[in-house]
Amino acid sequence: MFRWFHRLASLKNFYRLAEIITPWLAALCAGLLAVGLYRGLFVAPTDYEQGESYRIIYVHVPSAWMSMFVYMVIAFCSGIYLVWKMKLADIVAQASAPMGAAFTFLALCTGSLWGKPMWGTWWEWDARLTSELILLFLYIGYMALRNALDSHAAGAKAAAILALVGVVNIPIIHYSVEWWNTLHQPASITKFDTPSIHISMLIPLLLMALGFTLFYVVNMLSRSRSLILEREANTSWVQSRVQENKL
Amino acid sequence: MVAVVGLAVGLFLNVFKNNIQLFYTPTEVADGLVPDGAEFKVGGLVAANSVVREGDGLTVQFVLTDNAKTVPVRYTGILPDLFREGQGTVSVGKLDSDGVFVASKVLAKHDENYMPPEVADALEQAKQKAPYGSETVIMQ
Repeated sequence: MFRWFHRLASLKNFYRLAEIITPWLAALCAGLLAVGLYRGLFVAPTDYEQGESYRIIYVHVPSAWMSMFVYMVIAFCSGIYLVWKMKLADIVAQASAPMGAAFTFLALCTGSLWGKPMWGTWWEWDARLTSELILLFLYIGYMALRNALDSHAAGAKAAAILALVGVVNIPIIHYSVEWWNTLHQPASITKFDTPSIHISMLIPLLLMALGFTLFYVVNMLSRSRSLILEREANTSWVQSRVQENKL
Repeated sequence: MVAVVGLAVGLFLNVFKNNIQLFYTPTEVADGLVPDGAEFKVGGLVAANSVVREGDGLTVQFVLTDNAKTVPVRYTGILPDLFREGQGTVSVGKLDSDGVFVASKVLAKHDENYMPPEVADALEQAKQKAPYGSETVIMQ
C-alpha cells in the first residue's frame, strides 16, 4: 500500500497514469453529461410548482456540489503538502483551484437566473447565497496568494494555510439553510433521508453530478500534467519526451 | 491554530447573529422585536383566503402567518409567479402606524420538494382522505 502510494507520488508515474486514463474518463464524462442533459431537459417531468423552470437544477446543483467538493480536495491536498511536503499534492491543489472557482461562479450565476423567476430577485443577502459568494472569494484569494509571493514554495505554503483556514466555510454553506432563516430552501437530497425529489427527476440529477465530477477529474488531470511538465522541465524524462515529441 | 480560527468564527457568528437571519417571523413582529421605523424583512406563509386585490389591480393585501401570530401586509407591484395562499414568502418593508406592514418588495419561497404534477395531485387526494393528515405546515 505504502509503496503504491510512493510510486504514484512520483510525478513521472502520475503523469503516465493520467495520460492513460484521461481519454477513457473523458469519454465516460461526455456520455454521462449527454444522457444526463437529455433525460433532465427532455425526459424528466415538469415540476408541480415550478413548471419547466426547475430544470436549471441539472446544472445548478451539480455545480454547487462540485464547488464544495473541489474545495475539500484542495484543503486535503494542502494538508498533505504542509505535513509531508508532497509535490504532487501541491500540484493537484494548484490545478484544482481555477476549476473550483469556475464551479462556484456557475453555481452563483445559475442560482441567480433561477432566483429571478421563482423568488422574484436576482440576489438576496441570504446566508446560503452569501456563504457561497465567500467561497468564490476564497478561491480567488487562494489563487492570488499563490502567485503573490516571490518564491514558489512560500506561495504554495501560504496558499495551503489559507485553504485549510477556509474549510470552516464549507459546513457553514451546507448548514446555512438549517441554522438560519433563509430564502434558499433546505437540501432536497441528504444522506439519511429519502430524497424529497421524485425519482424520475433524481436520476438525471445524479447522472449530471457524476458527469460534473468526471469533468473536474479530467480537467484536473490535464492541468496537473501541464504543471508537472512545467516544473520538471529540466529532468531527463521530460526532455526525452520532448525529443520524441510525445507529450 | 484551529482553536483560534474556531474562536474567531464563533465570535463572528455571534456578532452577526441577527444580520444572518434573512427575515423576522410574524411572532417576532407581534412581540415588537423588530427595528423601529426602519425597513426590515418579514417571512411567513400567506394565510388561506387572506389575499385581497384592490381596484387598481396592482395593490394587494394579505396576511402573513407562522401559524402562531399574523401580520397584515399591503403591497403595490408585481408579485412573483409562486406567490399564492399557503406559500412561503419574504416581504421587505416597514410597519405603518396601524401595524400594517407596507411592503416594497415581495419574494416567494419554495420548498425542497420536486415532483411531477400527477404525484402532487395523488398526494393531495391521499391527504384529503386521511382525517388526521399532516395539516401543520412547517415554515423553513
